[in-house]
Amino acid sequence: MELQTYLLLSAVTFIIGVVGVLARRNAIIVFMSIELMLNSVNLTLVAFSAYLGDVTGQMLVFFVMTVAAAEAAIGLAIIIALFRNKQTVNLDDINILKW
Amino acid sequence: MNVETIFFYLLGAVFVGSALMMVTRRNPVIAALYLILNFFCLAGIYLTLHAQFIAVIQILVYAGAIMVLFVFVIMLLNLADERRLSEAMSFKKIVAAGLSIVLLLELLYIFVYRETELPTLQADRSIEIGTVETIGKQLFTKFLFPFEVTSLLLLAAIVGAVVLAKKRLD
Repeated sequence: MELQTYLLLSAVTFIIGVVGVLARRNAIIVFMSIELMLNSVNLTLVAFSAYLGDVTGQMLVFFVMTVAAAEAAIGLAIIIALFRNKQTVNLDDINILKW
Repeated sequence: MNVETIFFYLLGAVFVGSALMMVTRRNPVIAALYLILNFFCLAGIYLTLHAQFIAVIQILVYAGAIMVLFVFVIMLLNLADERRLSEAMSFKKIVAAGLSIVLLLELLYIFVYRETELPTLQADRSIEIGTVETIGKQLFTKFLFPFEVTSLLLLAAIVGAVVLAKKRLD
């Protein structure tokens, strides 16, 4: 298996995540798309780790997963707080910080 | 075509397919289920790269903990009447599609016109570094400081989540 195959797979999934963030208006699906993007970057890191014979890539994946877990907890708490105040998860209706 | 290659292409196809389905579904519960399928496929792809520890952690942390949190929040929010969420906004979607295509072309350009040769798989070495033993040793020697900072980050996340999701902020 070529390294290129893994990198292409990762790039395509990252773009799908970008489309999800840019095009969808449901806050939860936008959030899941962010997780998808984090995962595709993880795939790149693990692939390079295996092909270069260096453990650092997998360590970085470990830390990315920790940050993703923290981010998911905080982000979902924010979504719950927003839903409690505005009764919606539509990102177009959530514009209180817009000038 | 050996077994490993067939396994990889099968997983890769389901990986991309489930990602596409996740982004296009209207119902967030179904999207979350597709994302879980996506995470399981990614764990399989990690196994083809001999990263056993990361594959197990992927299922435990992502497919297990994080997605349970997502599904739990979706149920908590009671989005049954939100299913008709206005997803129209066609202008925004066109801009989003254009930006994504530009980004994809950029990435493909890098693949096609790269200057350096890509490294080849170091099979015996990659089997060695994927084990719990190697990762554990590195984690508690070279990466000890980031590891400790991680615990602080998780503590901050716990406190933040509790404070944010509390009913009254007084």
